[in-house]
Amino acid sequence: MSLWKVAWRSIQQRSLSSVLTAVAMGLGVALVVCVLVIHGVVKKSFDRGAGGYNLIVGANKGGQLQLVLNTVYHLSRPIGNIPYTYYEWLRDHPYVEAAYPLCMGGSYKDHRIVGTMPDMFDDLEYSEGKNYEFEEPNRNFYYDEFFCAVVGPTAARKTGLKLGDTFQITHGVKEGGEPHADKFTVVGIFEPTGTPNDRAIFVNIEGFFRLKGHVHAEPDAVDPEETTASPADEKGDTPGAPGETEHDTHSPDHAEAVENAEEDHAEDSHAGHDHDGDIPSELKKVTAILVCTSEENLVEAMNLQREINGQTVAQAVVPGDVITELFDGIVGNVQLVLLILVVMVVVVAGLGLLVSIYNSMSERRHDIAVMRALGASRVTVMVIILLESILLSLGGGFIGLLLGHGTIGAFSSRITEETGVVVRAMQFQPTELILIPGLIILASIVGYLPALSAYRTDVAKSLQS
Amino acid sequence: MLQLAKIKKSFHEPDGTVLPILDIADYHVSPGEQVVVVGRSGCGKTTLLHVISGISRPDSGRVKLDNIDLTVLTEAECDRYRAERIGYVFQTFNLLAGFSALENVLLAMRFTGRRVDADRARQLLDRVGLAHRVTHKPAQLSVGEQQRVAVARALANRPKLLLADEPTANVDSGHQQQVVDLLRETCREEKVALVMVTHSPDVSDQFDRIDRLEEINAVVSV
Ligand SMILES: Nc1ncnc2c1ncn2[C@@H]1O[C@H](COP(=O)(O)OP(=O)(O)O)[C@@H](O)[C@H]1O
Ligand SMILES: [Mg+2]
Repeated sequence: MSLWKVAWRSIQQRSLSSVLTAVAMGLGVALVVCVLVIHGVVKKSFDRGAGGYNLIVGANKGGQLQLVLNTVYHLSRPIGNIPYTYYEWLRDHPYVEAAYPLCMGGSYKDHRIVGTMPDMFDDLEYSEGKNYEFEEPNRNFYYDEFFCAVVGPTAARKTGLKLGDTFQITHGVKEGGEPHADKFTVVGIFEPTGTPNDRAIFVNIEGFFRLKGHVHAEPDAVDPEETTASPADEKGDTPGAPGETEHDTHSPDHAEAVENAEEDHAEDSHAGHDHDGDIPSELKKVTAILVCTSEENLVEAMNLQREINGQTVAQAVVPGDVITELFDGIVGNVQLVLLILVVMVVVVAGLGLLVSIYNSMSERRHDIAVMRALGASRVTVMVIILLESILLSLGGGFIGLLLGHGTIGAFSSRITEETGVVVRAMQFQPTELILIPGLIILASIVGYLPALSAYRTDVAKSLQS
Repeated sequence: MLQLAKIKKSFHEPDGTVLPILDIADYHVSPGEQVVVVGRSGCGKTTLLHVISGISRPDSGRVKLDNIDLTVLTEAECDRYRAERIGYVFQTFNLLAGFSALENVLLAMRFTGRRVDADRARQLLDRVGLAHRVTHKPAQLSVGEQQRVAVARALANRPKLLLADEPTANVDSGHQQQVVDLLRETCREEKVALVMVTHSPDVSDQFDRIDRLEEINAVVSV
């Protein structure tokens, strides 16, 4: 018969009170768990938001933060545009391994439309060693599929877009703008990445350029709000051939989607859009460029950043730096509040435990005296009380873990929907490991007072009563 | 085997007055001997057993068991000594309510420095006639059965001395004799000296040696 068992028996004896105490403790622990998990997930999502590239290049207006918020998190407004030729210059720059141009400024049902090139989904690692994945029959779009789109899983769920669906882009990043006449066809919904890109809709950048008003005659006439409505419409209005030819080169398994797309296009008025012919680079604009420099040579990245920032056309930011600053600046303060909250919760839970055990001391004084009379030492009865406290708080901890992760699990899909962060019920944070020693220490501190009272029990007197 | 020498014990009342309870010049119990102690209520019988077992320390004097002086041991040593050498049967049984009959016996073994001997615990419960009740909690046992568990528990660690404080006072009259017989027989079998306090002349008359506390105690209680 171990002392653990003796402590356990005493817990069993007062089962209702013990269960209530453990549940109260559990609620506290659950709160701590939720805070830890959410904090961890938020941090992770912040960190992984800008995976796979070292620099973001954007218009030399507005702050670095806005550029990062806009490019990485699809928040805030696009700052402005930079010439496509600048992208071409970067792409061919000796330090640059890959560059992905992005066009922003449109939306569909409140979800950002990002014009990009297909190689972003083919080559970019959104997080260490992880590429975007499409599950059959989902797929990436091809270069020449101008009016095709791939949709982030969250965006797909929220907008109801399914494979083969067509949609029209709205001017501006918020709903309420006027839709473009051209329709894009969804050819793929990629697997969840846990990055903000899950919330975005990606279209072929060439299709984006071909939207009415997206190609500018005067390279500098750029308005961040009105990327789609600048005065330079003349070029886009040049009548072009109907949009069929762009689809005709694909394998049969794409035929259906393509057919649908073609039907839709057929209904469409394509007058005024140059869907086929190449648009001269000088007339195209991009909102941001994701740049990957050689991984081995970080000096090159720094030099490149300096070079870009030395010119007036664009600014280059290291997303990691800005994200860390952002996280420490905003979330860091929240973190402190949460930490205080956690400490208070722990103190309250500890006090609950203390009160519960301490209140039970009068009724068990006699049992303690009997154990002493049977030969238990003062230290032994003290240890029994401490073990009881530890068992109760570990029990509470267990309840709390179940409750906490259960809660996370119950809300995981909502959290994912709202934030684009993938949360799983059984996603444990390393910090949660601290819970076990933490609870044991708490229980020992809290159990000390009743344990001392047990230690001091006057055996002869207590036996008389 | 048990020797008390010049034992004095008094209690301090809350108002500060000192209340002398025991003043025993000399008291002996031989190995295996069976002694009954009688005396008025409040004359200090329980206090005497507490002093013998080391539960209470005398104000002065010596308590020797097997030539070891309990009064010079540290408290922890004394606790260990009590666990290993002295069995105690209480008037109100004092079984631990949360533990089964068997666990009550095993618990007593836990407080010694030796290993817990579950076989012996079962044998003892068998001996007191409770083989079929080992997993029952005290509340599920009759008072007679409870006191038998208490006897088994007191014998668990093969003590040299068994102290029984009015063990029949709370047992219905039909079962009193059973309890006395059980105590006397098992102490004889286990070669344990027995010091039993009782109020009942029916019980005390069965003993060869009857100690009247008023006669050995110099404190004249009012
Ligand atoms: N812890 C104590 N503090 C003060 N007085 C006590 C204490 N224990 C016992 N007494 C007093 O000592 C006297 C003897 O008590 P006790 O040994 O229990 O008597 P008995 O067992 O013979 O009935 C009683 O008057 C009792 O009130
Ligand atoms: Mg008494």
